[in-house]
Amino acid sequence: MLRDPQLNANGELQHLLSIEGLPREVLVQILDTAESFAGVTEREVKKVPLLRGKSVFNLFFEPSTRTRTTFEIAAKRLSADVINLNIAVSSQSKGESLLDTVANLSAMQADIFVVRHASSGAPFLIARHVKPHEHVINAGDGRHAHPTQGLLDLFTIRHYKKDFTRLTVAVIGDVLHSRVARSLIHGLTTLGAPEVRVIAPQTLLPSGVEALGVRVFHDMRAGLKDCDVVVMLRLQNERMGGALLPSAQEYFKSYGLTADKLHLARPDAIVMHPGPMNRGVEIDSTVADGPHSVILPQVTFGIAVRMAVMSIVAGN
Amino acid sequence: MRLHIKNGRLVDPATGKDGPGDLYVDEGRIVERLKSPERTIDAKGLVVSPGFIDLSARLREPGYEYKATLESEMDAAVAGGVTSLACPPDTDPPLDEPGLVDMLRRRALSLERARVYPIGALTMKLQGKALTEMAELAEAGCVAFSQANVPLADTQVLWRALQYAATFGFPVWLRAEDAWLAQGGVAHDGEVATRLGLPGIPGFAETVALSTILELVRATGARVHVCRLSTAGAVELMRRAKAERLPVSCDVGIHHVHLCDRDLGYFDANCRLEPPLRSQRDRDALSRALAEGTIDCLCSDHTPVDEDGKHLPFAEAEPGATGLELLLPLALKWGQARELPLAATLARITSEPARILGVAPARLAPGAPADLALFDPAAPLRVTPEALKSQGKNTPFAGYELAGRVRATIVGGAVVYEA
Repeated sequence: MLRDPQLNANGELQHLLSIEGLPREVLVQILDTAESFAGVTEREVKKVPLLRGKSVFNLFFEPSTRTRTTFEIAAKRLSADVINLNIAVSSQSKGESLLDTVANLSAMQADIFVVRHASSGAPFLIARHVKPHEHVINAGDGRHAHPTQGLLDLFTIRHYKKDFTRLTVAVIGDVLHSRVARSLIHGLTTLGAPEVRVIAPQTLLPSGVEALGVRVFHDMRAGLKDCDVVVMLRLQNERMGGALLPSAQEYFKSYGLTADKLHLARPDAIVMHPGPMNRGVEIDSTVADGPHSVILPQVTFGIAVRMAVMSIVAGN
Repeated sequence: MRLHIKNGRLVDPATGKDGPGDLYVDEGRIVERLKSPERTIDAKGLVVSPGFIDLSARLREPGYEYKATLESEMDAAVAGGVTSLACPPDTDPPLDEPGLVDMLRRRALSLERARVYPIGALTMKLQGKALTEMAELAEAGCVAFSQANVPLADTQVLWRALQYAATFGFPVWLRAEDAWLAQGGVAHDGEVATRLGLPGIPGFAETVALSTILELVRATGARVHVCRLSTAGAVELMRRAKAERLPVSCDVGIHHVHLCDRDLGYFDANCRLEPPLRSQRDRDALSRALAEGTIDCLCSDHTPVDEDGKHLPFAEAEPGATGLELLLPLALKWGQARELPLAATLARITSEPARILGVAPARLAPGAPADLALFDPAAPLRVTPEALKSQGKNTPFAGYELAGRVRATIVGGAVVYEA
């Protein structure tokens, strides 16, 4: 078996590329560290000097506002210098290769690369080619993984539910195209959640999804029954009207989360969404803004989680 | 050159004969005996076999000289004991004009290494719309017609192409892949692709297309060779087609009898291949079918890719791997795993492909062309990309410990490679 490329020889986190394959202890270490940073973000002076003098390069080969911003805030709160590169509109359009771009930035003394790329596996390729003291954090690669989102989802669940080993979690929507779903599912199974469900029409489920350790439901009402955590996935508009789904209306009817359907879950269920939301497509506004929703706290927790990840990899 | 090859272990796959003996060569052919050899080669400890025949080796000329040149790949061929090879038409421009084919053959001939058999394009520019001048191309030296890896989605055109080829008795070589089902996919649609978040190509993309091809063979009587089988389902369809005595044959590439989608590991772009590496079950079915004869032969599917083409995220990386120099050791590894006699293993890369190619039988008998490979079947070989003669250095087998080293290659009685 190949060594997990995100761990160093001591089994410590060198890069964060995927939640899959990370030992339970590493996940818990990240969540615990994030817990300690959660306090920082509430202080008046929101900075700690852990990454002073270090350079964090935000390398976004795909447009993103929220993830890039929260990484930027997290790095700044750790006192790092942050350089944002929107590669989608710079060197790539001039024909520079991915590895040349990284080599050039590396020559500018980078310490951490935060990478988002439309191609699954791109951060693995970069991690194979960076210098030993440089770290790569995957901020979303194709359909493959979005580990910091998965971690902030885990952090949110732990915050509200404490113990993973009694939870029933439903992930609903476009699992096929979702890196968020893959990362969260791996995290939940690693931390011992006994039942993880995916709820979607066949066209939005990747083949052999059961092998990830999930139970498949096509009927949303059956799938929601007695759930502690409900995770809605974003459904992109371009999936509509093609061979995957006939229309947003029909999708909302079968798979949109309404207050009525949410009643089937446990009374204290929490509702999560990685954002950005499509109100009226996958989630009704009354639920998104309702008492079960923890969608905005997720965003806040995201900063602490990203601080934790950056400080841990930089320390290893 | 009059040659005397002595003390060798003569293995003749066509007859299954395997034993010590001497071999004589005169005027490019194997002869019964020889009075005064000009050269004697001591083949002690070596197997003397007909040279290997590779049904798919891309030489990248014309058009892709930055990936490989005729010189580099012909060096690779003879270093791998390959004395004849068929090259697919997906060059730039594609082999759709007699002039191009003629030029390629002349260039290859002037290098005096392996024999090159061009496969002509089935449709102009491989676009799947208009037929090529097959008769003219055949006259220029094309031995069959194919779309290489370019899908032919229009079944009307496929039907007509098979009818036209059947009219003249030209064989058509096709890969079975439904263009629509495979669209956008880069890996076998299964557990591994799901985990890695890679767009999948379902196994039924192959069986759907193969069913169509077989139905059109029934309708037209065209002789069809199906290239690079990748699924257990396709093996089953071929088994039935052969039982039905349809004029069909098929091959499998060296990667697909040894590897499966799990070998993608952490997005190893060396495993980006066409067709994709499939499940373990598919791999085992292919390996078994090759032993049982449902699959006729094994080919290298040699596809040199330059470094820039592979230093990319998996889905963007160019498909293909180098293979000419690994054909023998990987054939031996397969034969050993299936516990086959050496002659039976070698038949898959000598006599069987010769039959499909329609060239002189690969035999160790007087009168047969003196195309020979002398190799040490037990010599260890660690796959080291930098040591390969091919300009393509990418292979998922890098670092593998294999066995089988070619010591000499003879084409038409001339020693074209010695190590």
